[in-house]
Amino acid sequence: MAEIVKKATRESFGEAVTKLAEKYPEIVVLDADLAAATKTGTFKKAHPDRFFDCGIAESNMIGIAAGLATCGKIPFAASFAMFSAGRAYEQIRNSVGYPKLNVKVVGSHAGISVGEDGATHQCNEDIALMRTIPGMVVLNPADHYEMLAAVEAAVLHKGPVYLRLGRLAAESINNNDDYHFELGKGIQLHDGNDITVVATGLMVGEALKAVKSLEEQGVHARLINIHTIKPIDEEIIIKAAKETGKIITVEEHNVIGGLGEAVCSVLSEKCPTPVRKIGVYDRYGYSGPAVDLLKEFGLCAENIEKVIKEELAK
Amino acid sequence: MNASELKQLKVNAAKVRLGIIEGVFAAKSGHPGGSLSAAEIFTYLYFKEMRIDPKDPKNADRDRLVLSKGHCAPGLYSALAQRGYFSPEEMKSLRHIGSFLQGHPDMKGTPGVDMSSGSLGQGISAAVGMALAGKLDQKDYRVYTLLGDGEIEEGQVWEAAMFAAHKKLDNLCVIVDYNGLQIDGSVDEVGGPSPIDKKFEAFGFDVVTINGNDFEEIEKALDHAKTVKGKPCAIVAKTIKGKGVSYMENNVAWHGSAPNKEQYDIAMGELEAALKELEA
Repeated sequence: MAEIVKKATRESFGEAVTKLAEKYPEIVVLDADLAAATKTGTFKKAHPDRFFDCGIAESNMIGIAAGLATCGKIPFAASFAMFSAGRAYEQIRNSVGYPKLNVKVVGSHAGISVGEDGATHQCNEDIALMRTIPGMVVLNPADHYEMLAAVEAAVLHKGPVYLRLGRLAAESINNNDDYHFELGKGIQLHDGNDITVVATGLMVGEALKAVKSLEEQGVHARLINIHTIKPIDEEIIIKAAKETGKIITVEEHNVIGGLGEAVCSVLSEKCPTPVRKIGVYDRYGYSGPAVDLLKEFGLCAENIEKVIKEELAK
Repeated sequence: MNASELKQLKVNAAKVRLGIIEGVFAAKSGHPGGSLSAAEIFTYLYFKEMRIDPKDPKNADRDRLVLSKGHCAPGLYSALAQRGYFSPEEMKSLRHIGSFLQGHPDMKGTPGVDMSSGSLGQGISAAVGMALAGKLDQKDYRVYTLLGDGEIEEGQVWEAAMFAAHKKLDNLCVIVDYNGLQIDGSVDEVGGPSPIDKKFEAFGFDVVTINGNDFEEIEKALDHAKTVKGKPCAIVAKTIKGKGVSYMENNVAWHGSAPNKEQYDIAMGELEAALKELEA
């Protein structure tokens, strides 16, 4: 067993990209004046000649990344999710997605767990935006170990990738020795046939706490970690629907366009099954400490447990 | 350049113009005005300036052109066809289903197209990225990007300009096709990008203003650009929109519309007559 670490996935990303740069000389990193926050600063320190601060100009940063990719580089272009996936959406669509360039767009500080900065910086729409771009791979790792694996998978995948990072430190859950990351493959973290919880990113740890607590109460809930939201693992979702009959999705994102709708899209076409979504219900966030905000929005183990019970009582 | 070289360039530009009209007529849509205004610029870049090989369009050491004003794809395609990247006959497939000549440049499908473009303001950033990669890899290729005068109303252009000068990208040459017209009218009435030269100067560029329909002036400006060290260059190329087709010249109506059969015959007649005169 690897050690349990409590770390934000942005930290893990900074470590991973810095280390991988030694193995892959094509890696370059761009940021838009947020290197200290997105943790590309770690890379900058180790590889200053391969780091480009583009200043506060995200649209241009994405275009530069596209140009670098046409010359064989593997650029990671990082900012807050709001400003990379959000502000530069159209640049990502037209200058990266359409020409299928090998650019890795990084969206840090995603979701409401940005905390005190409030609604303007809490991006609950990045997954929806990135999912709609043809050919875009969308990754949302749950913890430190998954992020390390996901960054390398992004490097090895030839084509555009969106990588979502969180600000809040979270305890690792994937520190088991048989942990295996495969792009597009969900991971079953807890077995059970009463109901299935499908979670992504920061919410996987919360969901795990909820299903473990229920297990002690005699409820056997299955938990699936979806680190790759696109392409989504249809097989694991359909199997769970068939075997458990009920699905709950959990995401730190607007319920419009995120994991919940991606799961519904698979099931409505291939195995119609009731789905209850836990997420941000089409509204903006607001300022406050991250952990308190997550509780306010029901994005915590306690609420997940409550919703599972409600669904089982139906 | 000597007289015979100049004559050959003029012949090539005339053929590029014929291809533009051929393509836009066949497509029943497209952008002839800004394609025609830049015909000399396309021709000079592909026939004289750029180190390229139509047989090896992906060579890592080649010079590159990003057509930031991507709607002028007919001009780029026609120049590439004349230069030998594909048959000039392909111009007739422009904008047709299944054609590799998309309405706006698609680098995945068209030999010689260095970057997909069409959403204004984005091509210059990609060109900056290519120039940056050249510096990083210590390669001596040069990167050219052609922008519209209306296009520079996009804020991203100035983000890219600021970065290019900040990083001293002297392997980058920005050319602005200053034909004075955009869809809604004259650029001075619509978005007010003037004075273009002063803006690029303020952003840290070496700037030259030329007649962009004159090969000798284009050559002088591009030769000068290669001597500038430590900063990128901008060439403000004053041109005539619709140049070469009498009824299209300086007429904004031809920014984005195709000629009908009668208009096509007139345009082709004028351009063929001009070519014949050059070849005489």
